[in-house]
Amino acid sequence: MKTMSKTKEVSQKDKKLKISGAEALVRCLIAEGVDLIYGYPGGAIMPVYDEFYKFSDELHHVLTRHEQGAIHAAQGYARSSGKVGVAIATSGPGATNLVTGIADAQIDSTPVVCITGQVGSHLLGSDAFQETDIISISTPVTKWNYQITKAAEIPGILAKAFYIARSGRPGPVLIDITKDAQFGEMEFEYTPCSHIRSYVPIPAMDVSQVMAAAQLINSAKKPFVVWGQGVILGKAEKEFLAFIEKSGIPTASTLLGLSAMSTEHPLNMGMVGMHGNYAPNVLTNECDVLIGVGMRFDDRVTGSLHTYAKQAKVIHFEIDPAEVNKNVKSDVAVIGNAKETLAALLPHLKTKTYPEWIEKFKALYKIEFDEVINGQLNPTSEGLTMAEVIKLLNVETKGEAIIVSDVGQHQMIASRYSSFKRSNSKITSGGLGTMGFALPAAIGAKMGAPEREVVAIVGDGSFQMTIQELGTIMQTSAAVKIVVLNNDFLGMVRQWQELFFDKRYAYTVMTNPDFVKIGEGYRIQSKRVSKRDELVRAIKEMIASKDAYLLDVSVTKEDNVFPMIPTGASVSEIRLK
Amino acid sequence: MENILYTISVYTENNLGLLNRIATIFLKRHINIESLTVSNSEIEHVSRFIIVAYMPEEQVKKIVTQIDKQVEVIKAYYHTNEESIFLQSALFKIKSSLLFDMRQIQNIIKKSNSQIVTVNRDFFVIEKSGRKEEIEDLYNELLPYGIMQFVRSGRISVSKDEMRISDILKKQLN
Repeated sequence: MKTMSKTKEVSQKDKKLKISGAEALVRCLIAEGVDLIYGYPGGAIMPVYDEFYKFSDELHHVLTRHEQGAIHAAQGYARSSGKVGVAIATSGPGATNLVTGIADAQIDSTPVVCITGQVGSHLLGSDAFQETDIISISTPVTKWNYQITKAAEIPGILAKAFYIARSGRPGPVLIDITKDAQFGEMEFEYTPCSHIRSYVPIPAMDVSQVMAAAQLINSAKKPFVVWGQGVILGKAEKEFLAFIEKSGIPTASTLLGLSAMSTEHPLNMGMVGMHGNYAPNVLTNECDVLIGVGMRFDDRVTGSLHTYAKQAKVIHFEIDPAEVNKNVKSDVAVIGNAKETLAALLPHLKTKTYPEWIEKFKALYKIEFDEVINGQLNPTSEGLTMAEVIKLLNVETKGEAIIVSDVGQHQMIASRYSSFKRSNSKITSGGLGTMGFALPAAIGAKMGAPEREVVAIVGDGSFQMTIQELGTIMQTSAAVKIVVLNNDFLGMVRQWQELFFDKRYAYTVMTNPDFVKIGEGYRIQSKRVSKRDELVRAIKEMIASKDAYLLDVSVTKEDNVFPMIPTGASVSEIRLK
Repeated sequence: MENILYTISVYTENNLGLLNRIATIFLKRHINIESLTVSNSEIEHVSRFIIVAYMPEEQVKKIVTQIDKQVEVIKAYYHTNEESIFLQSALFKIKSSLLFDMRQIQNIIKKSNSQIVTVNRDFFVIEKSGRKEEIEDLYNELLPYGIMQFVRSGRISVSKDEMRISDILKKQLN
């Protein structure tokens, strides 16, 4: 561990404070630069809340309406600000309510530290009131976890928690603190952690692999790059852009990589995956060199692995060695932070262009435009499409907004049709597919980037999974814009029922409440629209609003998201209808 | 793909909860652990797990990288039987009267290279270390006489190759 500056160390030693574990915890958070945390109080965490009261000038606590809201808000905060998000809850149900968000943060590599209260250490294992073994429960879904039973452990463990959450491939850390450890007295001294002997956050780059990658790329005839969130997490946007522009290689994003490169860039061919764009999916199976950058070849990206890019040599730029050869075997693996590995690669690349190869992307885009995109963006029928709502949002936000989407059809439409001019602008639950993510995540995202416009795109189903967080908006005045793409269905499941279950719509019809009344009940300006001319005005009004705004848009009920790679099919078998 | 018996060696910090964390990596992939032993290693404060399981080579590679990426794991390796030196221990509890009544039992003990750990009026205990098959042979030989209790430990193993854990820890310190 690295010590802070010498003078600070001495002055701290001079007046080694004897304080409670709870106060030590708060001082640790402040020392880590945390100024905002999300949480929900309860019995086993009350000593810490008592310290929040005393330290409210330095550390702002946002009371969510459910612990799941707290963790998703912390995730949204982390993803818009690039800092570590912090969520806090009590023992038992408080802790278990965090688990969905922890699993979400684990699979989407989001840096969060969760703090849970625990019953007194003398009661551990006695099935005490609100006792739950959150360490065992959270083990498979955390990067690291630890139960503190003595006040003296708090500074060292908290320092480790923040270091582990943010370093290397980021992820969630859970620290469980028994009540006696919160009450116990200890001498406080805080030293940030910068090293753990058993942990290698960023493996050393192997220059020979960089050279091998450069050679393969330089000799490629039809290369194709798929980038993922690793570009954003590694803050490697500039290096990535330089790599693409020098090499002249067409590229496409995964769901979580969106916004790392401008949607307007001529070499940006859109999104890969189940509901991605036609050209990048089809041409994955035609390229001769496939280059994955900061992505993990998730099954929603690859479709059937047996037929995925079998003709291509694969180069994988990846920070986590466990991802290499996990799903797709690579011919060259460049392990390391994309920022460093791409920078090392750049001088060895030839400046090239691939006009004929890029024409293929354009030709396939034309097919997708004619068959799908045009009808979605410029519908001739009376009913509103989800895509035209996104198109209008693009105009009003000028592609500068942070788009937070939930899970389902609206998520895919928002991801396919949103324009992005800057990075860190797309926040969604990718790997876990957590319905209810967007509303609380948008609250966190707004607080993590207060200067930016934040628009939550939610479905009528997912909205109601965490709808109580409208209360958090009311209490904090977070100026989140909420667009409900409302088709009175669990749309994505309904789409699958239509396509693969002979239209047997088992329990996907939603009888919805009046969302405008609900919004107004929470003192949020709210409007419902179902006509095209109203929509334009309403979106303008929403974006112009300085406060939170809820826009319930009634869209065509039985619309489908296309293109689509059916489960088990190959990326090149992507369907346009 | 062929299932092969692999010995996975894991050097770790000696921390609570790590056993659970490592076990879930197997559970998640529906791999049955044949045996598991945790002990001190040759390095102070460093624990060593020896985990034995059947799986294809492609899978053991993935499992080892998943174990290796855990924060408190220093290094994980996998070896085939040919690449390691290993044994297991077993204890047999037998009625004492048999030792005096049945000459054959004494022959069995001698022949099998096992040791008598304790003898008292009611029972005696035989300890046998070796390959799993040798222990099974002894078990089968003793079975007709009646075994009061039997227990076999997990595999312990050292690799023929060097592990270089001290080097890894030294490198990490710099």
